[in-house]
Amino acid sequence: MKRDFDFVVVGGGPAGLAAAVQARSLGLSVALVDEQPAPGGQIYRAVERAEAEGRAAALGADYRDGLALVRAFRDCGAVHFASRQVWQVEPEGRVFATDGRESIVLRGSRILVAVGALERPVPIRGWTLPGVMTVGAAQVLHKSIGLLPSPGVWIAGSGPLVLHFAAEVVAAGGRLAGILDTARGGLPEAAIANAAGMLRGWRYLARGLGYLAALRQADVRRVTGVEAVEAVGEGRIARVRWRVNGAWNEAPAEGLLLHEGVIPSTHMTFALGCAHDWDDAQRCFRPRTDDFGATDVEAILVAGDCGGIGGARVAECQGRLAAIGAATALGRLPVPERERLARPAREALARHRAIRGFLDALYAPPPELLAPPDDVIVCRCESITAGRIREAVALGCRGPNQVKSFTRCGMGPCQGRLCGPTVTGTIAAELGVPPAQAGAFRVRPPLKPVRLGELAALAEPGEGA
Amino acid sequence: MRIDSMFLKPPETADAVTVEVEGRPVVVPRGASAAAAALIAGLASTRASPVTGEPRAPYCMMGACFECLLVIDDEPSQQGCLVTVRPGMRIRRQEGAREL
Ligand SMILES: Cc1cc2nc3c(=O)[nH]c(=O)nc-3n(C[C@H](O)[C@H](O)[C@H](O)COP(=O)(O)OP(=O)(O)OC[C@H]3O[C@@H](n4cnc5c(N)ncnc54)[C@H](O)[C@@H]3O)c2cc1C
Ligand code: FES
Repeated sequence: MKRDFDFVVVGGGPAGLAAAVQARSLGLSVALVDEQPAPGGQIYRAVERAEAEGRAAALGADYRDGLALVRAFRDCGAVHFASRQVWQVEPEGRVFATDGRESIVLRGSRILVAVGALERPVPIRGWTLPGVMTVGAAQVLHKSIGLLPSPGVWIAGSGPLVLHFAAEVVAAGGRLAGILDTARGGLPEAAIANAAGMLRGWRYLARGLGYLAALRQADVRRVTGVEAVEAVGEGRIARVRWRVNGAWNEAPAEGLLLHEGVIPSTHMTFALGCAHDWDDAQRCFRPRTDDFGATDVEAILVAGDCGGIGGARVAECQGRLAAIGAATALGRLPVPERERLARPAREALARHRAIRGFLDALYAPPPELLAPPDDVIVCRCESITAGRIREAVALGCRGPNQVKSFTRCGMGPCQGRLCGPTVTGTIAAELGVPPAQAGAFRVRPPLKPVRLGELAALAEPGEGA
Repeated sequence: MRIDSMFLKPPETADAVTVEVEGRPVVVPRGASAAAAALIAGLASTRASPVTGEPRAPYCMMGACFECLLVIDDEPSQQGCLVTVRPGMRIRRQEGAREL
């Protein structure tokens, strides 16, 4: 099978799919590698299957919209490597992907990193207890196989996905114990300052109000002004505790789903050595790119949420732009043609981005999440608390990499994906410096553990490469 | 140890798959991940932390946290949320020892 392509896309969400379709229409040969069994990414996960089983409509119009894009991708002539995890990308354009048993190597003249977002880690007391998961995790189970949480499960957090998922559960006939809303009461000043974005995003807000109405109608309990949440139990969550106006409350819980927004998945671009900047509005690092998603590493482009959170429509526009930019970089599309093709995507991008500043301000994570209390576990893999990180700082550590060698924080199998943001935040708060100065974990390949047997098989001539 | 799942029984589909979770047959929808099968089976936890021995269970279901490491068909340290079930797949908890 062919292993050399003009354009190799990593990630089959709206960004990657739109990029593949656009690149094919410009005559590039395209491969798309994705770890999910079917195209769609996070938002359109398993959309073809949900449609076939008659569940797609209940998952919302935005979800079903994804069908058109997925079908366009299926028809575009790109080679789709599904259920394949990319565990290494080389700056020169080689991409290594495993199906859990065997690895393949693809080569691309240009590589698009479109790996999306992950949910911001929510380090609170008890978050490592079984029965505590993320809202996104429960949504994955619902979209892919129609699973609904038990009625004794609570949701805690803020951000668009919280109400969206709760409404999804109710629409599918499920029930919830309640929602603990941690959004800080009222509109913060920064959100109001972004009133222009707010007006342009009216459709979005109307949808949010629609969710609230649906939840009220279904009698879902909603507690607002929640300042802190904890999970309590022996070996498994049994109760959830929350603080409102300084007073603690508690209730039995069969489970707890946490969510405090999403952040770019930067593991791959960090490993590639791309330059990153701290985004103060979104409180995260993101790779530095030009208008077409090109990074400072020649063969590597970025599109979608892994380059900064923008949502599905923004991701799609960025995917198209990246494909257009790549075609020009490869000498397949003259610059005036590029500009003509890029214009509609750029205009749509600006339109869909309008509401972002407002959302970022509205759902800004509380400071305790980025720098939690001493007894809270930050690194789940190595069970390292915030207190241990502060001790390391007191002993002279000035950044995540020093803290890592001092404490093992970030050394487990997740390689700092889940503790990185908190480690940066805690160090920055301790030292009183901006997060950009505290810096981020250095990431070394492989991005996922690979068995020795697989590596050996790759080295044999005729295999993989 | 088993508890009642924090999820409702999955919808019945004609093409459901039977897998073995901790030696017990469990029927799950086709396309479920191994981690989903463990959750449906009501496993109280899917692994013990190799550092502290505390019980842990899948957290993110999208490949980021590595809390879903399971023994699948005798192969340890499989990221259960990214492995799709096959009929007869044997899924077991992962105990202790650092295997990665
Ligand atoms: C859990 C979760 C749920 C979300 N649900 C919604 C929702 O319901 N509605 C909404 O509007 N937005 C949702 N979002 C926000 C979402 O990120 C964007 O709306 C949109 O999906 C972004 O598109 P994208 O193409 O940038 O990335 P994604 O859609 O995230 O696509 C990235 C793809 O890359 C794959 N991938 C990642 N790493 C690798 C690797 N190493 N190897 C191979 N493949 C890889 C992923 O499996 C995924 O298929 C959700 C985000 C998360 C994290
Ligand atoms: S549950 Fe997080 S990686 Fe599988």
